Amino acid sequence: MATNGKPNGAAAQRTIHPGSGRRKASAFQKGRPLNPSETTAVEALIGNGPYERALLIEYLHKIQDAEGCLPAGHLHALGELVRIPMAEVYETATFYAHFDVVQDGEEKPAKITIRVCDSLSCMLAGAEKLLANLGSEDMDGVRVVRAPCIGACDVAPAADVGHHLVSKASVAKIKKLVAAGDTHPEIPKYQSLAAYQKQGGYAVLKSCLDGSRKVDDVITALSDGGLRGLGGAGFPTGRKWGFVRAEKGPRLMAVNGDEGEPGTFKDRYYLERNPHQFLEGMLIAAWAVEAQEVFIYMRDEYPAVLHILHEEVANLDKAGLTKHTKVSIRRGAGAYICGEESAMIESIEGKRGIPRHRPPYVAQVGIFDRPTLVNNVETLYWIPQILEKGAAWFSALGKNGAKGNRSYSVSGHVNKPGVILTAAGTTANELIELCGGMAKGHTFKGYLPGGPSGGILPSSMGDIPLDFGTLEKHGCFVGSHAVVILSDKDDMQAVALNLMKFFEDESCGQCTPCRNGTEKAVKLMSEKTWDQDLLQDLAQVMRDASICGLGQAASNPVMSVLKFFPDDLK
Amino acid sequence: MTAKITFELDGQSVEAEAGETIWQVAERHKKKIPHLCWLPEPGYRADGNCRACMVEIEGERVLAASCQRKVSNGLKVKTASERAKKSRDMVFELLLADQPAKKDCHDPNSKFWTWVGDMGIAETSRYPKGDKPAADVSHAAIAVNLDACINCGLCVRACRDVQHNDVIGMAYRGHGSKVVFDFDADMGKSTCVACGECVQACPTGALMEANLLEKDTGKRIGFEDKKVDTLCPYCGVGCQTTAYVKDDKILYIDGRDGPSNQNRLCVKGRFGFDYIHHPDRLTVPLIRRDDAPKSGTAQVDPKNPWATFRKATWEEALAKASGGLKTILKRDGGDALAGFGSAKCSNEEAYLFQKLIRQGFGTNNVDHCTRLCHASSVAALMEGLNSGAVTAPFMAAKDADCIIVIGARPAENHPVAATFIRDAAKRGAKYIIIDPRGRATGAQRYASHILQFKAGTDVALLNGMLHTIVDEKLYDQQYIQAHTEGFEALKAKVKDYSPEKMEAVCGIPAATVRDVARIYATSRTSMIFWGMGISQHVHGTDNSRCLIALALITGQIGRPGTGLHPLRGQNNVQGASDAGLIPMVYPDYISVEDPKAQQFYEELYGRELSHKKGLTVVEIINAILKGSVKGMFIHGENPAMSDPDATHAREALAKLEHLVVQDIFLTETAWHADVVLPASAHAEKWGTFTNTNRQVQMGRPVVNPPGEARQDWELIQEIARGVGLNWTYTHPSEVFDEMASCMPSLKNITWERVNREESVTYPVDSPTKPGNEIIFGDTFPTKSGRARIVPADVSPPAELPDKDYPMVLTTGRLLEHWHTGSMTRRATNLDLLEPEAIAGLNRFDMERIGVAPGDFIRVSTRRGEVTLKARLDREVAEGMVFIPFCFAEASANILTNPQVDPYGKIPEFKFCAAKVERVREKAEAAE
Repeated sequence: MATNGKPNGAAAQRTIHPGSGRRKASAFQKGRPLNPSETTAVEALIGNGPYERALLIEYLHKIQDAEGCLPAGHLHALGELVRIPMAEVYETATFYAHFDVVQDGEEKPAKITIRVCDSLSCMLAGAEKLLANLGSEDMDGVRVVRAPCIGACDVAPAADVGHHLVSKASVAKIKKLVAAGDTHPEIPKYQSLAAYQKQGGYAVLKSCLDGSRKVDDVITALSDGGLRGLGGAGFPTGRKWGFVRAEKGPRLMAVNGDEGEPGTFKDRYYLERNPHQFLEGMLIAAWAVEAQEVFIYMRDEYPAVLHILHEEVANLDKAGLTKHTKVSIRRGAGAYICGEESAMIESIEGKRGIPRHRPPYVAQVGIFDRPTLVNNVETLYWIPQILEKGAAWFSALGKNGAKGNRSYSVSGHVNKPGVILTAAGTTANELIELCGGMAKGHTFKGYLPGGPSGGILPSSMGDIPLDFGTLEKHGCFVGSHAVVILSDKDDMQAVALNLMKFFEDESCGQCTPCRNGTEKAVKLMSEKTWDQDLLQDLAQVMRDASICGLGQAASNPVMSVLKFFPDDLK
Repeated sequence: MTAKITFELDGQSVEAEAGETIWQVAERHKKKIPHLCWLPEPGYRADGNCRACMVEIEGERVLAASCQRKVSNGLKVKTASERAKKSRDMVFELLLADQPAKKDCHDPNSKFWTWVGDMGIAETSRYPKGDKPAADVSHAAIAVNLDACINCGLCVRACRDVQHNDVIGMAYRGHGSKVVFDFDADMGKSTCVACGECVQACPTGALMEANLLEKDTGKRIGFEDKKVDTLCPYCGVGCQTTAYVKDDKILYIDGRDGPSNQNRLCVKGRFGFDYIHHPDRLTVPLIRRDDAPKSGTAQVDPKNPWATFRKATWEEALAKASGGLKTILKRDGGDALAGFGSAKCSNEEAYLFQKLIRQGFGTNNVDHCTRLCHASSVAALMEGLNSGAVTAPFMAAKDADCIIVIGARPAENHPVAATFIRDAAKRGAKYIIIDPRGRATGAQRYASHILQFKAGTDVALLNGMLHTIVDEKLYDQQYIQAHTEGFEALKAKVKDYSPEKMEAVCGIPAATVRDVARIYATSRTSMIFWGMGISQHVHGTDNSRCLIALALITGQIGRPGTGLHPLRGQNNVQGASDAGLIPMVYPDYISVEDPKAQQFYEELYGRELSHKKGLTVVEIINAILKGSVKGMFIHGENPAMSDPDATHAREALAKLEHLVVQDIFLTETAWHADVVLPASAHAEKWGTFTNTNRQVQMGRPVVNPPGEARQDWELIQEIARGVGLNWTYTHPSEVFDEMASCMPSLKNITWERVNREESVTYPVDSPTKPGNEIIFGDTFPTKSGRARIVPADVSPPAELPDKDYPMVLTTGRLLEHWHTGSMTRRATNLDLLEPEAIAGLNRFDMERIGVAPGDFIRVSTRRGEVTLKARLDREVAEGMVFIPFCFAEASANILTNPQVDPYGKIPEFKFCAAKVERVREKAEAAE
């Protein structure tokens, strides 16, 4: 080949080409350039792999905890390490309220985040005033944000300074914690594994594992005892176990600990006192359905509970009580919708909490598309006792035709709010009494029988036994038994608007009726005079056409107000 | 077969297949149920989020999304109940509240507005309007107007499930949820590759072809007056398209459901169509001016060529063109003439071109760019299997459990084929990428293994794999015995090539090589794809031999999900090769030295033909410089840009006594022509084209050629007549008939059949049966019926880095640009997306050389130098520089080494020694 070794001058100066020259070429490949230092930083936080796609939210927590936010560079590196596209990392990171994505060039959020609960019970207790007062304070390195229910309605108004729960929050209390930099959760004294075992704990589990109890007998006991899903759906637990067992294995299990329905705090109550009774119930369930792995999905709003669970699951592993399955804890990240079981499953898989369509049901197609048993914390909590004391004992605890006992989370204008463990079928009037009567200066006007989704009933209907199936004919339901007591001092339009704003914030955004419906409803309900025709039409499409219970039930409070409190409408 | 399902649809008992949805059955029964987020097209799962298709099911508390709900026995469905209709109307009313008013909307023809009309509902809403994101105009080709977005997520599915580009997400939550690109970047700054699948899927006009919208208002102003079903003009995938036309100009392109693309397209196919309307188009015949001397370094501005060329009449130009060729023919004989045909032109044009050279000039000096891409692959395949085509289409990846992609970058060069490979990887197939240029994004997520080996050490690596398979007895003894010959020789050869020994040579840990070899050999079905990274080496044939041996000794060929697939580059490189644009063979690869074939073609062509092999591309260039070739007819090829050592190639072109160039632009090659004939673009003509999958497909005229430009087949016929041939074709279909009569591969394929069926795969057993996609199941078309295993030795690249030229230069393509850039750089969108010459460099080399991303560098080799912008490229290995060969202002082929593979005669574009330096006076040097 003829090569004279001399560069060809003319060729080097070539200028004629077909390009228009309208733009300049990029100095980088497409998209955000990744800096190797970003990869190093993320590796330092999440280790060197192998990584799991499903652990995305756990990885995000590690970054958020370390950096106080999710810097874009970290997210980019994380996506590349775990081999998740940037868009998928981003959509998950921005879905959950407890993650703060910080774009390149943006400032990081303040070091300390104060979350003030603005859900109904806290609103009734003055959350708005607290927010206003905090807003006028000058606190360095602090940001104040609104938060949906943090499950501390019995000590409303509640706030979190970092992970430190502030009961009956005041500016002074909060400032003190900020000044001390005290952002860690207070771990309550709870019953230890040893103490639980000493009083006979885990004997039932052992009798299951050693074959002296038969699965069919266990399921029969639960069915006869009348145990129902206490997360809010009230589905008979024994039947659910039967369905899951009927599916071809391998099967999985999830514990729904995403107690997000405003006004509900019973799961937290039990987990902070007696976690092992729940854990034993859970391990019995895992045994019964032969779950290869159990995922405890715990809301991030309960940092103390998360701490307890990590400690005690490790203790159980050490004690050899989890050999029949594998227990994994997954930390939520601030999304009410993840209390919806299929959304929770999506979240367990490390994705946005987007509810799935039914059918297929999660019992058939659940986590990683495997048959999955999903039970609520409290449902599992009662199982060791039911098995120990017998179905008849449990079923006789109920009244007014209901079976079993119930943990009513009572808040609002009562003297002593709290978890009331009493007979299923108890009425609102009885609950007020059990809570020491109405708060001073308040007259009973109405109540939420089951959190915002459950609608609002007037005091005139305070004698209805509160149980699954008793309220539906009134457009209400008992759900998670979160009873919020309202008084003559409350503006029902404001109450309904507070609840609708909650749904608007917490709608996952997947389907039109809920995404646009909650937003339009808030706009309509923010008007002094409500356009009832528009609200009626909106309520109907939300109820009929939303994918999941959130959208289907979101209009219950507004419909209740239209129906039961016409005098409150301006 | 699963049992049929019976259920009640609007009071009528109907049957359905298990797995069908209510919507599908209703559609079959002519019930129109509105739908927005449901797109009944391949690859789109129902998502059921828009709730526009709700129906009532007796006994259920809430309504059901018909698109998503599967039918079951005994279901009682009411598609038109008051409740269902009211719900659907309300869904639209909620969406309408946030839409731009119809009079201001982006696309009044969108599915959304079409449904509003069809449903007879008000075009306005009673509900208050919400906030919507501002317009994003950052992308050259795609307008993003999320004020029209209804969050249906079709774009997300388009990007994620269909094209697997994974750029689009649905971020945030609730009514704040929003379509985002990467981390909510502007689309133009994201990793978007502009395949435009989202545009085709979007039901509202929120994502649209930017050129259809009025700049200031974002309102659609481009409306077609006709549409034509045709093909994409670019790569060998052969995507079927629909072109939408207004006033004889293409407005936009959609993908059609062709077998090789299933509606999918890439940025070139969808957004790179307007080069045909570029002002540089040749519209009149040109003749070189008497006062314009030829020179290898001369340049001609296509916008103002009048110092070099003058306008001529067709009569004069054709007389001059054929006259010059005839003079040489008479004086020096046919071997003093040569022709380059084009792999971009139709089968009929390719056939006519080779016929002209053979029949008209009596020489076999006819070649085309297959020489520069897959000649070595074809040489090895012919030697081993006696067939140069793929043994399975790339869609066969759907059945593969293991897919090796070696020396190919389908995401850039065969983007739609890449989507099929990613489909398979997502399904769980092992996806093994072997390439000296790695993968930083995209395929990185899909690959199970990425082997970024040392450039030029292919045989070492592949012999290491073969060694493993032999060593660990993973081969298929039964298959080898029944179907192959030469295994013992291979066994002996690869004995010395243990992965442990080769580790130091190829840079891949032995354990990895063994792992990959095991996966390939033991998977139920394994398939190999390769490209120019294998073929463009002086040992390109050896590289391919190794791949063929891998398939043969493991029996990973001839079954669904197995096979060998050299990804063909140009839209018709398969067809042009089949048609005989090759100097050693007649159509269908029959040797010109085969007496029976000589006799056949001499009878058919009515004259004595040359019985010796013709010269190849690089040989022709050398022959010109030697003085033995004096005249050329170049049809649609651009050797001044595409040939190695381009300076040398241009010198040769300038030295020709007579050069006729037939093209649509005044290419760098045409600068040296005596006569330039303005021809027709792909979108301006009829013709069949054969893609990489052996699918013969129909291209149709969409618009008229500009000015006086004429059909290519007519011009070839004019030249043929000018040199004394008595051709009387009146339509390409007649040429196809002649081809079918002499090419066994086209048996049972007629022009009418291709026109009717759109795509026919050869070989095909009967006029009514579909073609055979997977071939060589029982036997090979060799004399013995067995495939031949040919072992290969390790040989180094021709020019290794040294003290003076310490780096390795490798060339290739960019997603946005087609080969020499003559078309794509004139396509508005593609030019805007990749406007300038760039060279890819690794971070470490940049630091060492002292340049920052975007600085200018000088890259030189023993053959020349170019100055261009340095791009930080994470895929380029340390010690390597990558230059795409599409940029005339810094033509990579000024640098490349013209040394060729001894069998395929293909130059070593993928490896030569180079030096990279910082250019101090950056901007001036480049301007």
